[in-house]
Amino acid sequence: MKARLLAACSAAAISVAGMASAQSSELTLCWAAWDPANALVELSKDFETQSGIKMNFEFVPWPNFADRMLNELNSGGQLCDLLIGDSQWMGGAAENGWYVKLNDFFDKEGISMDDFAPATVYAYSTWPKGTPNYYALPAMGDANGWFYRKDWFARPEIQEEFKAKYGRDLAEPTSQKELLEIAQFFQGREIDGKTVYGASIFTERGSEGITMGATGALYAWGFKYENSPGSYDMQGAVNSPEAVEALEFYKELYKTGTPPGYDNAYMEQSLDAFKSGQVAMAMNWFAFFPGLYADPNTGGDKIDFFVNPPQNVAASTLGGQGISVVANTDNMDGALAYIKWFANPDVQKKWWSMGGYSCHKAVLDDPNFVNTAPFAGDFLQAMGGVQDFWQEPAYAQLLLAMQERLHNYIVADQGTAQEALDGLIADWTEVFEDEGKL
Amino acid sequence: MTAYSITEPSGRSKLVAGLLVTLYTIVTLLPLVWIISTGFKSGPDSISYPPKVLFEPSLEGYVNLFTTRTRVAAEEFQNLPPPETWYDEIVRDQGMVIAGPSRFGERFLNSVIIGFGSTFLSIFLGTLAAYAFSRFKVPLKDDLLFFILSTRMMPPIAVAIPIYLMYRELGLSDTHLGMILLYTAVNISLAVWLLKGFIDEIPREYEEAALIDGYTRFQAFRKVVLPQAATGIASTAIFCLIFAWNEYAFAVLLTSGTAQTAPPFIPTIIGVGGQDWPAVAAGATIFLLPVMIFTILLRKHLLRGITFGAVRK
Amino acid sequence: MPNPIDAAARATPDPLARRIRGLSDRTIAWLFVAPTIFLLLAINIFPLIWTVRLSFTNYRANRPNEEVEFVGLRNYIRILTDDGIWANMQTTAHFLFWTLFFQVLIGFTLAWLINRKFKGNDLLTTLIVLPMMLSPAVVGNFWTFLYQPQIGLVNYMVELLTGTPASSFSMLGPGGYAPWSIIIVDTWMWTPFVMLICLAGLRSIPDYIYEAAEIDRASKWRQFWTLTVPMVLPFLMLAVLFRGIENFKMFDMVVLLTGGGPGNETLLASIDLKREAFEKWRTGYSSAYAIILFVTVFGLASIYVKALNKVKER
Repeated sequence: MKARLLAACSAAAISVAGMASAQSSELTLCWAAWDPANALVELSKDFETQSGIKMNFEFVPWPNFADRMLNELNSGGQLCDLLIGDSQWMGGAAENGWYVKLNDFFDKEGISMDDFAPATVYAYSTWPKGTPNYYALPAMGDANGWFYRKDWFARPEIQEEFKAKYGRDLAEPTSQKELLEIAQFFQGREIDGKTVYGASIFTERGSEGITMGATGALYAWGFKYENSPGSYDMQGAVNSPEAVEALEFYKELYKTGTPPGYDNAYMEQSLDAFKSGQVAMAMNWFAFFPGLYADPNTGGDKIDFFVNPPQNVAASTLGGQGISVVANTDNMDGALAYIKWFANPDVQKKWWSMGGYSCHKAVLDDPNFVNTAPFAGDFLQAMGGVQDFWQEPAYAQLLLAMQERLHNYIVADQGTAQEALDGLIADWTEVFEDEGKL
Repeated sequence: MTAYSITEPSGRSKLVAGLLVTLYTIVTLLPLVWIISTGFKSGPDSISYPPKVLFEPSLEGYVNLFTTRTRVAAEEFQNLPPPETWYDEIVRDQGMVIAGPSRFGERFLNSVIIGFGSTFLSIFLGTLAAYAFSRFKVPLKDDLLFFILSTRMMPPIAVAIPIYLMYRELGLSDTHLGMILLYTAVNISLAVWLLKGFIDEIPREYEEAALIDGYTRFQAFRKVVLPQAATGIASTAIFCLIFAWNEYAFAVLLTSGTAQTAPPFIPTIIGVGGQDWPAVAAGATIFLLPVMIFTILLRKHLLRGITFGAVRK
Repeated sequence: MPNPIDAAARATPDPLARRIRGLSDRTIAWLFVAPTIFLLLAINIFPLIWTVRLSFTNYRANRPNEEVEFVGLRNYIRILTDDGIWANMQTTAHFLFWTLFFQVLIGFTLAWLINRKFKGNDLLTTLIVLPMMLSPAVVGNFWTFLYQPQIGLVNYMVELLTGTPASSFSMLGPGGYAPWSIIIVDTWMWTPFVMLICLAGLRSIPDYIYEAAEIDRASKWRQFWTLTVPMVLPFLMLAVLFRGIENFKMFDMVVLLTGGGPGNETLLASIDLKREAFEKWRTGYSSAYAIILFVTVFGLASIYVKALNKVKER
């Protein structure tokens, strides 16, 4: 009996699998599983009615997103027709021919990359970087930003004490060092009967967390990957005195301004810390800000947002993704039709209203844009100064090396900042040598 | 065992032992109880600082596990018709609307197909091989048996790369069949060794009588040996199922859209800004139930199974 | 069952007739064994040979268009001279030793207590076994939550019981607790497994042996060390073998718990291998790494199995 049941089950499974691949008036879009993805499902319903194409979605949880999607592209899978993939994948995806080059299509349909914010086009669409070779349409602008407990900042007794201590008003920090002072001010403070802490920041070891957090400080101090772009000449750039200072700063922030136990924290943990009322400030991607603003406990008038504060320069760590057509698709026309539809200014406006971060100038340049959300102005400002990690085909090796060096120094307390960055150059040099680029 | 046996432990030592084991059980079950109770918390309660032991139960986690939700513009939200069902209402209370079902159902179904499919195949092939090893003169029998056992020692990652490449070539990546074959290959060593022990114990006379009675070997195997080996097959099945049901590493590497099982899905459910702990806990609880029931039903055979059949009744 | 006399009354089937009506025993034997052997060759042995071959190349599975070169022993030399990898091996050894130690200690004690056959021992055994039914993925993920100082259960309980403030320590953070925290989780999950095996061992000791000892007036303490322990030892060693092999190759749970951190404090060799193979995609290099680990575990297991057989013979 059980055997018969099992046979029936597997027969059903096979027929389901067969059905899924047959239809070509369907499209599958792959992305990470998070708030904006659900908004995209809603948004795409318009496309379905207009085109008659049925949209399927495959959303992969963040921790597995890169592994799973690169695996998929790599194994020539047919799962995704459209992919909203991370900016760092661009080099590999372009060089291995995983993404369709969109230049001819853009020309034919009259889609101009000039209509999109330049930083996003540079980061999400081009390979080699900065050349007019487009492999994606900027879909979701994103950067690492900050948010804080506006209600705590506004309390008179806290205001007073802060002013007495630092000689200025407690407000959104205008430099990294002010941010540190505010974090230290709140660290261990008693608020409403609970001990609270300064800020929750990214310290995650496994994937990309601590790199994305620490580069917020590094870029603000003026960190560069190379002495001149494309030269792979890193000595003196990666380990510049400014970079060393920035790294020491991030460690101090971690040691003196973050809640206990946030030693392996990325986006989820940072959000948990803020939403459970443990911290006065927190860093995270802009993508989460609509959700934070809507949170019944810590959102609304209890929260406000600010852009990553400058130190020597104004800069933010880039997140976000472009939308690409997967070369292996069996519905090329449908996939291109989707891109064309998505590039439409009206669709872009609706995208923004639903919580997606449009990169279209029709949205961003609208004089009313900054009033549409409490973080809209910060977003504009952030996208004006975004910087990204290597987008080389070997980005994963470069990233994991940086993860290890940073975590060893910042969290595990090994060596000095200078040693960490010198070591990083050694690691990266080895990778580029293996790649035949050095 | 008789009541006055001199080896029977005294009443006091029984009491002390009982108390100590009860204490351990309570401590070891605390994390599990915490997981299950988190499934019935609301989002804010689940990450409350300090943690909440008493809370108002909510089905938010279970609703979120099975749905995807989205936020709509404020004025649109005001104008929505009143929620139709209880789960609509729970989602509405979070300020969202249901966008559709989540993929959990599919993942769970995949787990059922792959978990039970590979268990069935392991048992099927394992019984045949075990029968042959038990009853016939197979050349190099001992070597073959050791070879089967030694495959158990191999770290999966040592063969994961070629399997990945091989599956890519054969089109077995991300298919139910591919995963069933893979889990079967991992489980078969256990199955053969266990089942051989069970079949060795079935007296040969039964089959011989059947053969004399005009049965073919095959008929004798099917009608005489199989029913006798039923309990052994059941206990072997538990162990094959526990592995195939919970396996994570290969599932992450080799599956994506079609054949992904639940373990890679559950721990990473992201809700509104951040990990949706109640939904993760709800998923973990639901996912635990089938193996738990299977185990409780077959608990009498657990002991034999766990020692590769080394213990005789 | 057919009546033997009836059966004998009918003509005893000669081998030829049987062969015509069914398959010969030899054919059946091969037919029954072949699928298993074939499956293992296809999914275990063939890939293993392939891994060996890849380990001498610079192949990368994510660069299909690049030329593959044979690099001889370079991958092996690179790995064996890498201090980082030796550190990972030490981390693995530490993890293996202490998980086995605690699981054997607690598992055996539990089994020994349960074997007192107090009322309700059956129910408690079933409850104790539950943690090992969970998926390692769920366990790893949820324990990060339980270990969170401010919102987790572990620190909360410690504060409740000892008064040490919950936020004064971080189980997965710097401060040296992390290697022990992963040991606690693995012990929590897998002690029931060792316990079940020990219980099986204890139940296999016939009562008459104790009765004889009792007549000899051997003390309980002496009985325990001269009878119970030696009789259970083969079972314990079997448990250690299974757990050892499993923990040597395990990486999923620890990746979810710590990601190998803080720094590299919990970076097991298996985690490092997974990163090289499936995140950095250095296929050739990681194949050599995999072979080195496989040879290590196979070598250790073989020596161990020899010792186990000696103990059994005693």
